[in-house]
Amino acid sequence: MEPIQPFQSRIVPLPIENIDTDQIIPARYLKVTDKSSLGEGLFVDWRRDPAFALNNEAYSGAEVLLAGHNFGCGSSREHAPWALKAYGFRAILSTYFADIFRNNALKNGLLPLVITPETQAYLLEAVATDPQATIYVDLAEQTITLPNGEQVTFQIDAFSKTCLLEGIDELGYLMKFRPEVETYEAQRQYAVSTLQGDMP
Amino acid sequence: MSTPKTLFEKIWDAHVVAHPANSPAILYIDLHLIHEVTSPQAFTELNGRGLKVRRPDQTVATMDHSTPTTPPNADGIIPISDGMAAAQLQRLVQNCRQHGIPVFELGSAHQGIVHVIGPELGLTQPGMTIVCGDSHTSTHGAFGALAFGIGTSEVGHVLATQTLLQNKPKTFEIRVDGQLANGVTAKDIILAVIAKIGVGGGTGHVVEYTGSAIRSLNMEGRMTICNMSIEAGARAGMIAPDDTTFDYVIGRQHAPKGAAWEKALAYWRSLPTDDGAAYDQQIILNANDLEPMITYGTNPGMGMKITERVPDPAHISDSSQKAALDKALNYMALQPGQPLLGQKVDVVFVGSCTNSRISDLRLAAELIKGRRVADGVRMLVVPGSQQIKAQAEAEGLHNIFLEAGAEWRVAGCSMCIAMNGDQLQPGQYAVSTSNRNFEGRQGAGGRTFLASPLTAVASAVQGCVTDPRTLLNVDQPVEIR
Ligand code: SF4
Repeated sequence: MEPIQPFQSRIVPLPIENIDTDQIIPARYLKVTDKSSLGEGLFVDWRRDPAFALNNEAYSGAEVLLAGHNFGCGSSREHAPWALKAYGFRAILSTYFADIFRNNALKNGLLPLVITPETQAYLLEAVATDPQATIYVDLAEQTITLPNGEQVTFQIDAFSKTCLLEGIDELGYLMKFRPEVETYEAQRQYAVSTLQGDMP
Repeated sequence: MSTPKTLFEKIWDAHVVAHPANSPAILYIDLHLIHEVTSPQAFTELNGRGLKVRRPDQTVATMDHSTPTTPPNADGIIPISDGMAAAQLQRLVQNCRQHGIPVFELGSAHQGIVHVIGPELGLTQPGMTIVCGDSHTSTHGAFGALAFGIGTSEVGHVLATQTLLQNKPKTFEIRVDGQLANGVTAKDIILAVIAKIGVGGGTGHVVEYTGSAIRSLNMEGRMTICNMSIEAGARAGMIAPDDTTFDYVIGRQHAPKGAAWEKALAYWRSLPTDDGAAYDQQIILNANDLEPMITYGTNPGMGMKITERVPDPAHISDSSQKAALDKALNYMALQPGQPLLGQKVDVVFVGSCTNSRISDLRLAAELIKGRRVADGVRMLVVPGSQQIKAQAEAEGLHNIFLEAGAEWRVAGCSMCIAMNGDQLQPGQYAVSTSNRNFEGRQGAGGRTFLASPLTAVASAVQGCVTDPRTLLNVDQPVEIR
C-alpha cells in the first residue's frame, strides 16, 4: 500500500446519519471478482436524484466526504471502501463510524476521521457558503486544518497510523507470527476440524 | 481467587496468540466460513503472493448470496441465468479446489445460508472464535462462541495465517427478564432492543444477552437474537451456553463424539460469565412489556410496536436525525402519525439467516394452515438450507405453504439481499422476516417492513400489515395507539 501523505481537499457534504453500505454500493454490484470497477456503483441509487450532492458540479473533484453520524453501518462488504476509493475519495469525516467499515477503510488507505459535532456543524456551514473551501489533512500530526485556519485533532490507533504512514502491509506483519501460531495450535485445549465426518 | 470474567473475556483470553506492544492482539480463529461474494479478492491476494491456506481443515465454504432459489430442472440442475453470478460461483469452486477447502455447491444436500449451515452441521460450537466475510456471523454467538463479521482483506488474513489483528472490544450486557406473551417472539425482542439502543448503540461492543426471557428461548430463537446484533452496530452478540445449547449440538455431524464430547462439555460448562464480572454497559428490558414489532423506516432501528404510529420528524430536534427520518418516510411513502396496521402489502418474504430455520417454518405453517394468502399478495417461503428444506418437506410443511398459495423455494439468501433475481419491484411494500430494511435492499425502490414470521404470515393472509395476535386470539381485537 502507498504511504499516506498530507493532502489538501475540498469537501462533499452528505449530512445524513446511519448511511449503510447497501447505499454506498448496492448488492447488485457485488458480483464482481475484482475491485477496480466499483467506482461507478458508488451511491448509484442516490445519484439518480439530480439534487444529490455527488451530482453537484460545485463539489466535483473533492476527495473528502463529510457524512452524518454512524457512517458505514450494515453489511461488512469491503466493496464499500473499494468503491469510495475507486471514485476518488481519500478521507471520510463523520462523528462516528461503524466498526467493520472503519476497519475495512483503514486496510485500504481510506481515512475514516472522527470529528466533533461542532466541527461537523462548522464544516457543513463552511461548504454551504463556499463549496471551494478546503481542509488540510495531516495524518502524522493527526490534525485537520479547517477553512478558517483553525486546527482540530483526530484520534487513530498507533498501529493503524504506522501502517498507513509507512505503507506496512498487515498480512505481511501477521505472517511473522507463524512460530507463535504453531505453539498456540500445539497447546490449545480444544480444536475443531472440519475434516472429521464426510465433507464434500 | 482470580478476577471474575465475562463469557466474552474467557473466549478472548483463550485465543490471544500474541499481543505485541503498540499492536492489536493477534487472535486465533477456530472456524472460518466463506461464501462466493466476499472471498474472490482474498484468494486473488493469496495467489498473488504465492501463499497457501493455513488451515483448510478449519475452513468451510458454501454458496448462498447469489444462488437462484428456483427448483431444479428435469436434469436436477438449478439453472443460473445471471452470467456474473455464475462466474463468481465458479470462482469459489476453483479457489476451494485449489486450496483443499470443502465447499457445499448448489445442489448439495448441505448447501444453504452460511449462518444456517454452521450450526446445523455442528461446526458451530461453544467457546470458539468464528469469522466470516459477512456481518451476520454474529448469529453463531448464540452458542456461546465469539463470532463476528470481517472484511475481505481480513478474510485473506485468516486464510493465510488463521489469525486476525483485533483490538479488544468492550462488553455490553442486554438483560431481558420476564415472559413473552403469545404472538411475541425472539424477533420481536431483538427489534425492540435495536429500536431502543439505535443502529449505532452497540458499536465497539460485544453484546451478551442474559436474563430469563433469553434463557427460555430455544437455540433457533437465540440465533435470531444474536443474528441481528450487528444491526445495533455491535461487533458480536453472545449467549452463554447451557443444556439447551448442548442438547442442540450433540450428535450433529461435526460435533465432538465420545471422550472428545465429554472433554468439550467440561470446557463449555466453564464458559458462562462468572458472578461478579462487570460489563462496560448494561440495559434491562422486560419481556412482559413487549409486543409484536415492525419497522417503518429504512434502518432496523426505525422500529415500533405494531400497534403504534409512525413517528413525526417535526418532533425531532437533532438535524441529522431529522434528515434521516424525513428521507426514510419519503422513501417509504408513509405519513408521520399514520398507523402501519392496515397498510397494504404486495410481497411477504419468510426466509434469511434471521428466520428461515425449521422452527420458524413450523410457526409460519401453523398460522397459515387452513388460511390463504390474500389476493394480489406474493408470498415466498425460502428455507435457510437444503437440510431444512428436506426436514420441512418430511413434515409436510411445504404442502401447507403451497396450498395457502405461497411459493416454496430451494435454500439461499434470496430476497434478503435480492442478488439472485428474487426481488421487489419499485414501490412495492413487503413484510419480511429478514434483517435489513435499507433503501433498495430487497430490490431498487422496494419498501421493507421487518417483522417476525408470525407477523409476516398474518400480513400475507390479510393482505395488509396485521397484528398476528388478531389471528391467534380472534376474540381480542387490537387497538391502534
Ligand atoms: S440471508 Fe441475508 S443477511 Fe443472511 S447471510 Fe444471506 S444476505 Fe446476509
